[in-house]
Amino acid sequence: MIIGETPPPSGAFGVDAIAMTMRFGDFLALDNVELKVRPGSFHALLGENGAGKSTLVKCIMGYYHATEGDIIVGGREQPIVNPKDAHALGLGMVYQHFTLVPAMTVAENLVLARDDVPAVVNWPKEMKALEAFLAQMPFKVPLGAKVSDISAGERQKCEILKQLYLKRRFLILDEPTSVLTPAEADEVLGMLRDMVLKGELTILMITHKFREVMAFADDVTILRRGKLAGHGKVSEMTPDAMARTMIGAEQLTVQPPRTGEAGRARLELKQVRALDDAGAVAVHDVSLAVRAGEIVGIAGVSGNGQRQLVEVLAGQREAESGEIRVAGDPYRASREEMRRHKMSLLPEEPLKNACVGGMSVADNIAFREFDRAPFASGGWWLNRSAFRDDARKKIARCKIKTRTPDTPISALSGGNIQRAVLARELAGDIEVLIAANPCFGLDFAAVAQIHAEIMAARNRGAAVLLVSEDLDELLELSDRMVVMFHGQFVYEARTSEADLTVVGRHMAGH
Amino acid sequence: MADGSIGFWTVPLAVLGGAIRVSTPFLFVSLGECITERSGRINLGLEGTLVMGAMSAYGISYLSGSPWLGVLAAGITGAMLGALHAGICSLPRVNDIAVGIALMLFGTGLAFYLGKPLIEPTAPRLPAIDFGWWSDIPQVRAALRVNVLFLIGVALAPILYWAFRTTRWGLLIRTAGESSDAARAMGHSVLLIRLRATMVGGFLAGVGGSFLSLFYPGSWNEGLSSGQGITAVALVIFARWDPLLCLWASLAFGGAAALGPALQSVGVTSGYHLFNAAPYILTLAIMIITCSPKRTLTGAPAELSITR
Repeated sequence: MIIGETPPPSGAFGVDAIAMTMRFGDFLALDNVELKVRPGSFHALLGENGAGKSTLVKCIMGYYHATEGDIIVGGREQPIVNPKDAHALGLGMVYQHFTLVPAMTVAENLVLARDDVPAVVNWPKEMKALEAFLAQMPFKVPLGAKVSDISAGERQKCEILKQLYLKRRFLILDEPTSVLTPAEADEVLGMLRDMVLKGELTILMITHKFREVMAFADDVTILRRGKLAGHGKVSEMTPDAMARTMIGAEQLTVQPPRTGEAGRARLELKQVRALDDAGAVAVHDVSLAVRAGEIVGIAGVSGNGQRQLVEVLAGQREAESGEIRVAGDPYRASREEMRRHKMSLLPEEPLKNACVGGMSVADNIAFREFDRAPFASGGWWLNRSAFRDDARKKIARCKIKTRTPDTPISALSGGNIQRAVLARELAGDIEVLIAANPCFGLDFAAVAQIHAEIMAARNRGAAVLLVSEDLDELLELSDRMVVMFHGQFVYEARTSEADLTVVGRHMAGH
Repeated sequence: MADGSIGFWTVPLAVLGGAIRVSTPFLFVSLGECITERSGRINLGLEGTLVMGAMSAYGISYLSGSPWLGVLAAGITGAMLGALHAGICSLPRVNDIAVGIALMLFGTGLAFYLGKPLIEPTAPRLPAIDFGWWSDIPQVRAALRVNVLFLIGVALAPILYWAFRTTRWGLLIRTAGESSDAARAMGHSVLLIRLRATMVGGFLAGVGGSFLSLFYPGSWNEGLSSGQGITAVALVIFARWDPLLCLWASLAFGGAAALGPALQSVGVTSGYHLFNAAPYILTLAIMIITCSPKRTLTGAPAELSITR
């Protein structure tokens, strides 16, 4: 031991971030924010998208260097220049995007994460050590399986186990339960909570689920637009008060009430089968009918074939077999059919699936109609000013924040890209609407607006298929719910009669 | 048979001999490219590296009198070209494929320029080991004259296969190639890993080039490589980035390349140039058979610019 250096303390420790300011060019991402995480506590960090939560924790982990402010770890000021410094102090982070290598096995991923990977790995010995470590943990992961072959829930457990394997004592979790079923979320958070109570761990969790904050967290810090909006003990707060602190004085779009009765079946799937990119069956002969004036929600943990199903409906993937009918006619996802049947599509990751990033907002809004009057003469001569006029109207109506209609759409924030797609897809009459995770990663205002638009489309008589990983969203919007697991529909119920625990059990495949 | 004529058997023998002789540069370039691509980068410049390697090996062998020094020089030249590729690719918004094409032209051009005075002289060549001593038939003996570099290459394939799984460097290279985010989150420099992987890849490609000028065909001229470097890069793709499959694919290509001359030697002269195109037809055929519009390539490192 070097003289003058104190040995690392054991057990949980606290972290304080004091007067943190972070500037990216002209943009002030954090403005004099303070965060105090007590040792041995479970701390929730709340805030809307873009409120600065990720920036703050990345400053703590050494990914960003705060323009101003200090980090105090375990009572001492520490210069954290890069993530390795943070790791050395015992800080670890589980990212929202997985950091496991998909093509490698779980065991390879765990060993690789260590700072002291031996030059030649003695696999028999390492496997024994890993099994001994796993034996002490309350949940299991298959060591020999490739990460790409295990479920999203298991991957999230692996990410957390990896941090515990690395003996981290202060753990930052970025939306750790977004890919878990409610029961899995409770299992994982409950186990972490136990470790916190034993004094082995301090946890800082970024989340937007009030249920989890109320059930597991001791303290909460709320950010709004880069500023500290509130903090305190969870036991002294209500979800409503926290939500109000998060969004401030902003007015949310009011969702219209559910009206009207369901009509005839408009979108019918019969024995549809589709493969994933690796050639395995992802959608397993599913059949479903969505009636006019009805929202059918497809629940399920991501990676159970929902994406491939939506891609088939969108024309991005060919079905292997089966039949799709819209209003009784066979449907092959051509532009002409979509137009004739007044179909609209809100795919997930809209920048990737519904936009051309380098083209302007006006061009992107015009995709459905660009080669027809009044946007084009004779089907080929495009009238640019008509594009722009139309775009201006839609930008105003859907409150899209863009500098000009000619700005490339990739320069917009996620919420505004989704609003632009919404403006295009929900412009005219709609008879069939297919939406996949339409609110993923969006702020309250955008979510409220999108939910209101979907409900309004339903009330006007559209058949709506809503695929979502967010159970709350499905419970709020859908008339009927279907659970998708391993490419099959394993459960169906009217939403008003659905039992959340039964739904959760089917999502996990039990 | 007594007169030493073995009739049509000449063809499979020549193909076998060709598989051993012609495959060596394929083998080294593809193993080198395998390492580079596993780290997440494509170096198309290996054709230029191969020719530069051939030229520098010949030059150093001629000047020093030691062909092994020539092999070393070829490897170092290759590593330097690899470092150049990796260095340029480290800059933001630089496309590795475009850089590769530029370096391919640069490498061949530079080799022709520097190699002008080397066309006349004869340099000491690499020795061969006679594995055909047990046979009286000259064709068998010719086919089984094996160069040490070939044996090194054959040994290298399983070593690499093992190293990708069980060594720290192997795991790091795969991490950088499969998920640069993961590598960065662990605190590793992806650019540094790729720099090293590209340099090692260049080293091997350079050694492959030395085989061309120092063993087979065994002289320096401007028509020495007929696209072996580029073909070997394609080889890695249908070897599915697996070093062991690289070995088999190289042997198949070497055999295919020997088909034309072998048929000519038994008197089949019609379609000579067509048979010479056998490796390229093989490339196309395998590409068509193994590719599907509905699925992605299995085994492809996720960070490669062609798979992303």
